[in-house]
Amino acid sequence: MNLTLRIWRQHGPEDKGRMVTYPVQDVSPDMSFLEMLDVLNERLILDGEEPVAFDHDCREGICGMCSLMINGEAHGPQRGTTACQLHMRQFSDGDTIDIEPWRARAFPVVKDLVVNRNAFDQIIAAGGYVTAPTGSAPEAHSVPVPKADADAAFESAACIGCGACVAACPNGSGMLFTAAKITQLSLLPQGQPERYTRVIGMVDAHDEAGFGGCTNIGECAAACPKGIPLNTIGRLNRDYLKATAKRAGS
Amino acid sequence: MAVTGIILVLFLIAHMLGNLKIFTGETSFDHYAHWLRDIGTPLLPTTWFLWIQRTVLTVAVLGHIGAATLLAMRSRAARPVRYAHRRKIHVNYAARTMRWGGVIILLFVIYHILDLTTGHLNPKGDPANPYGNVVADFAPERWYVTLFYTLALVTLGFHLRHGAFSAFRSLGQQTPKGERRARIAALVFAVALVGGYLLVPFAVITGLVS
Repeated sequence: MNLTLRIWRQHGPEDKGRMVTYPVQDVSPDMSFLEMLDVLNERLILDGEEPVAFDHDCREGICGMCSLMINGEAHGPQRGTTACQLHMRQFSDGDTIDIEPWRARAFPVVKDLVVNRNAFDQIIAAGGYVTAPTGSAPEAHSVPVPKADADAAFESAACIGCGACVAACPNGSGMLFTAAKITQLSLLPQGQPERYTRVIGMVDAHDEAGFGGCTNIGECAAACPKGIPLNTIGRLNRDYLKATAKRAGS
Repeated sequence: MAVTGIILVLFLIAHMLGNLKIFTGETSFDHYAHWLRDIGTPLLPTTWFLWIQRTVLTVAVLGHIGAATLLAMRSRAARPVRYAHRRKIHVNYAARTMRWGGVIILLFVIYHILDLTTGHLNPKGDPANPYGNVVADFAPERWYVTLFYTLALVTLGFHLRHGAFSAFRSLGQQTPKGERRARIAALVFAVALVGGYLLVPFAVITGLVS
């Protein structure tokens, strides 16, 4: 198949950036989206041009590095799929495909399609962990965890931190990520001692990083390649309310 | 957002139920309308309760607008460079029209107060006879008034549908099952409230109330 790509090119953080059109010929429908970009880059290198910079690592849909806005949708048109696991069979011969980086003040563009997602690390650093060393895995029956809680915690733990939620959110909010990272601990016994200081710290870090506020639209959950549900944000809200009440009471 | 919204919603429920008094006849409706000025008497002097209620509502409206403005400004700041190509995946008309819908509702409320509270924009504008004002307002030849009311109320319905769900969520609704219930409850509430409000103008325009 032959395609026309319109790709965001930006030399560096200070550059203004622009969309540049590249025709790509003989694309196999069995290629992944990133392999198609590899083909383009090989040609650009042979032509003596600068290849398109984009983030990628495992290409198995589990590392959270790929971060492409494809035709205005985070990770492209296929639901529950990262850009690296998206295949060209999802497109048709003659299509024009727009490829842009995640757009958020908290995710500044480094180069072309690569953004700096350090803001997510700052949110984690504000409490997204258990302070006490927990050692090796304990005997599973020693601390009973209700099945429903374990399932919901695991659902949240599936978050790969790619940032699609922020990219898709009309408010540029990182609330789904923050909620997933809070919930994976708040539903389990190990997360209880720091449950309420954690939620305050992480939400504050989220706001300080320059993300927008959540208005419960649901675009994040629709875009999430790992299917983190929208009600995760409700779990965060409840913990946040309780934490605020506790702080006011102490 | 949720707390100020709930105050306004409580008023909307009371206002809608009060409107339905129009079906009990002119004397009853006018008596009800005049009673609104006397609530709380003799504990409070006449119209005091009304002014307390107006103050609370004004503060709630200003708080609601203030919080919405803050959220909108944060959203704008959070995405300084816009997408060249943007596609909405999750179709949620109610959620997407919250901000402009809110502006339309505010303009409607201003018109509505000038129409049926102060009477400036009402064809009759007789403070002693609210029933007559309502009947004159939605007369068939003034169909455009009814049309505008209907559009404003449908906008309100969308606003309430997302607003009510969002309030549940902000106040800690957290399970997937509860989310389905909250969405259904918000939809049923919005439809029931808007339906209740629309009964009055449509009863007048069809001659059921005259």
